[in-house]
Amino acid sequence: MSLLIGSFTIGLILALLALGLFISFRIFNFPDITAEGSFTFGAATGASLIVAGMNPLLASAAAFFAGLTAGSVTGIIHTRFNINPLLAGILVMTALYSINLHVMGKSNIPLLNVTTIFTWVDNFSVWISGAGSRTNVLGWDVAMKDIWLLLFCLMGILIFCILLWWFFKTNLGTAMRATGDNDQMIRALGVNTKAMIITGVALSNGFVALAGAMLAQFQGFADVQMGIGMMVWGLASVIIGEAIINDHSLGFVIAGAVFGSVLFRLLVAIVLRWGLNPNDLKIITAMFVFIALILPGLMQNRKKYTFKKKIHA
Amino acid sequence: MLKIIDISKTFNPGTANEVKALQGVTIEIEKGSFVCVLGTNGSGKSTALNAVAGSFMVDEGRIILDGMDITRWSEHKRAGYIGRVFQNPFSGTAPGMSIQENLALALKRGKKRGLGWGLPKHVVENFKKLVAPLNMGLENRLENPIGKLSGGQRQAITLLMATAIRPKLLLLDEHTAALDPKTASKVIDLTQQVILKDNLTTLMVTHSMQHAVNLGDRIIMMHHGKVAYDFKDEDKKRLKVNDLLNLFDELRRKDNIDPAVAELLKEQYV
Repeated sequence: MSLLIGSFTIGLILALLALGLFISFRIFNFPDITAEGSFTFGAATGASLIVAGMNPLLASAAAFFAGLTAGSVTGIIHTRFNINPLLAGILVMTALYSINLHVMGKSNIPLLNVTTIFTWVDNFSVWISGAGSRTNVLGWDVAMKDIWLLLFCLMGILIFCILLWWFFKTNLGTAMRATGDNDQMIRALGVNTKAMIITGVALSNGFVALAGAMLAQFQGFADVQMGIGMMVWGLASVIIGEAIINDHSLGFVIAGAVFGSVLFRLLVAIVLRWGLNPNDLKIITAMFVFIALILPGLMQNRKKYTFKKKIHA
Repeated sequence: MLKIIDISKTFNPGTANEVKALQGVTIEIEKGSFVCVLGTNGSGKSTALNAVAGSFMVDEGRIILDGMDITRWSEHKRAGYIGRVFQNPFSGTAPGMSIQENLALALKRGKKRGLGWGLPKHVVENFKKLVAPLNMGLENRLENPIGKLSGGQRQAITLLMATAIRPKLLLLDEHTAALDPKTASKVIDLTQQVILKDNLTTLMVTHSMQHAVNLGDRIIMMHHGKVAYDFKDEDKKRLKVNDLLNLFDELRRKDNIDPAVAELLKEQYV
């Protein structure tokens, strides 16, 4: 059960990553690989600042801004110099690898004896329900500490979802969505689409970097390799979410990304529990995303086919 | 209102695909004038329109809109003063967004877009009144995505969007060419209403000589990137479709003669 709650919590933390990729992939139609680098960039920035003694909340905010910067560089490379989005992302991702090593000074920063946001949550749970207290959830014995962590992450992600939903409903956010939907149209309505793309990709990477910083604090270390495969991970969450929710209005798609992230994390936990070699995790993830990508199309075809059969019957 | 002064544009210069799309076009349009631009394929009529809209920068010449030199302005900056309807009905609206969101976007044309709520209630109320005269039953479907509408409906909405805030100049780029004849005539009627209501200065590119004869107060015929004929006022009123056809034939004959004449001269002099 604690494994289950743990995966729920990590799923919610990585939902930030899913929200970031939702912005670049779904709102802007911008396949942004920068995410792989900015995820680590956020973790590296957050971890180094926390180790240097900064307030973990401020350090996480700094990680968000680090992501904003990385994303805007990708956006500028793409819009100013007309470089293909994929290539622009690869350039920045590659550059970030060196930058991350410089920021961290080594390839791994442990966060075991420092105060992180999650230390605060732990202290809070001790204060509320006492140290080492356990409770019964649906017949399972669970540490209260884990439940508070889960609730904290749930609250946090809820706030971010609402903020994001609100933002994309404002005049500025609506113009951004239109930029991804039909850039010719929104240019003809006086919107600087280049500025929109730069802002959007920056925002996306801000979320991704924040996810990196939160994960580093949760697992107790930042590692220069931790961003690898994160883009596919986030993408998987978004796609699974869309497949489950099947409603294209903004609120549902955002909620879907969060559901997708949690569900995907659960699936991973289950297959690892079954005894899957962790080295095989990435190939399984890639295959899973591939299936999730083609499944909706296949289902649609099947629907059409049965529909035709009904008509002819 | 609009002065196009001797503009030129060559696409892909110095390559095998070089196209001299505009070769010194000068057009001056008075305020409130409705100009139809005719021309064969490749005559540069759409290019001229796009030059004014800012889809690309011209190589030479100047473009003055209401006293402002907009020659070097970006497309989105010009859009603050120019309303546009495209040939492709899918170009003018964002398909994944609702009708009301599209209209709301249009109401902010050329204005600052901040963190205010995108769809305020009082604005949405007005949308019903705005689309009701279209007689397309859209007033009860404002929340539907615009991608579900037909080309004609989308073009009608694009027209409303282009003029929702009164533009200094309205650019129509063969905006009925992709529609079936019945829908096209509906959209043309609507175009006329909208232009008359606000007395808009309009530049309309069209393939239909009938439309050119029926609508507007001036006809410009383009050929090979230049203005070939320009009919105003009484001349324009007297013009019939047959006259235009004859003019086209004349241009075509000139085209046919030119190479032959060149050949003759070559034989004589070389």
